[in-house]
Amino acid sequence: MGLAKRIIPCLDVDNGRVVKGVKFVDIKDAGDPVEVARRYDREGADEITFLDITATHDNRDTIVHVVEQVASEVFIPLTVGGGIRELEDIRRMLNAGADKVGINSAAIFRPEFVKEAAEKFGSQCIVVAIDAKKVSAKDEKDRWEIFTHGGRKETGIDAVEWAKKMVDFGAGEILLTSMDRDGTREGFDLTLTRAISDAVSVPVIASGGVGNLDHLAEGVTQGKADAVLAASIFHFAEYSVEQAKQHMQSLGIEVRL
Amino acid sequence: MSSVAVIDYGMGNLHSIEKALQHASPEVDVQIVSDVKKIQQCDRILFPGVGAIRDCMKALDRSGLSPIIKEVAKTKPFLGICLGMQALLTDSEENNHTPCLDIFPGHVEYFSTDITDSDGSRLKIPHMGWNKVLQKTHPLWKGIPQNSRFYFVHSYYAKPDNASDIIATTDYPQAFTSALAKDNIFAVQFHPEKSQAVGLQLLKNFLSWDGNC
Repeated sequence: MGLAKRIIPCLDVDNGRVVKGVKFVDIKDAGDPVEVARRYDREGADEITFLDITATHDNRDTIVHVVEQVASEVFIPLTVGGGIRELEDIRRMLNAGADKVGINSAAIFRPEFVKEAAEKFGSQCIVVAIDAKKVSAKDEKDRWEIFTHGGRKETGIDAVEWAKKMVDFGAGEILLTSMDRDGTREGFDLTLTRAISDAVSVPVIASGGVGNLDHLAEGVTQGKADAVLAASIFHFAEYSVEQAKQHMQSLGIEVRL
Repeated sequence: MSSVAVIDYGMGNLHSIEKALQHASPEVDVQIVSDVKKIQQCDRILFPGVGAIRDCMKALDRSGLSPIIKEVAKTKPFLGICLGMQALLTDSEENNHTPCLDIFPGHVEYFSTDITDSDGSRLKIPHMGWNKVLQKTHPLWKGIPQNSRFYFVHSYYAKPDNASDIIATTDYPQAFTSALAKDNIFAVQFHPEKSQAVGLQLLKNFLSWDGNC
């Protein structure tokens, strides 16, 4: 008996629409993030994460409206990431009804931003998103570094050290994405997940690479993640959140059912 | 029309609580208030809070609302949430000892940083996510199954002096007090406004509660 491991579906939102087309039979508009969020809530999602990938600054308001609408009818924690660069961005998201914000490149550009954000709004709502890629050669000890721009740009920063630093600066949670695995459907980078989870005192969300339900379970049992995040396996309705939870429970993992 | 005052003392965002209350009981007038008169006029009081306790107590002092909170807590149905529960104890060890409102005698303490699960895995701080709540009899648990999971996010927990004030416990890994109750006051460490159906049920129960146990 204890704390449940969390399953977090992630919606990529571009200009207020869910991208990577969602295939649910029982929703009218599969591109409407509000409808999709409602569906995940019904299926028992523990939290929902919105990743705003809108490229132009002018259209950023659309995500605020999405969060407002979802927050007025879905009563589970909501996280918004993408384009969070200033304290004002965080304030707007929290006022719209988000419970947490994900900070990624802004933290790399200026780590003190995380400190300021945690001091102003509390660590409980500051999630630092880390995109890591393996840089060690095959015969070397495993080593990962932080990459930006969707994994194209290296920074030379060690991922484990960076995670520790972000926690020292006030991150209340780490959202860890393996850029080697993201989109591959081969499963999480479990060694990376384990290394980060062992290194920090705060909860770690594993992300990147989920292709089946066993992958989700492995993130918890082998990667020691506190929560697992996935997009496509839920979007394409291959599996429901409920099925994922039942599978994890059958393997002895504590979940909220 | 009955009314509930959500006390706004400048700590955190009250949007979620307001929406959840409206959703739980659409017929109730939900008011976000910082004005003493308006607080006194409402039938029920909801006392929220997020962040660090020192900021919370400072914000209360700055707003001049501490006396009125103590006053309405004597008579009106009162619900404290998260930091709004911790602030009701005598003091907290957060921020090098912070005196609180002393409505429930007792202290607020930090979870140890080296706690582990039964299989030896390190338990993370903050205690974040959905955990089971073991209830003792109280009208606010009406319609909520025993051991239901609620959403928590906190690093400190209440340790009341009087065991009779404990109305629910949760394991992490030891049992800690996840809800307190005394007369017309009920206070929870978890977030009912973020705990889906069971959370909304608790809010609904509160919005029709007459303050008797």
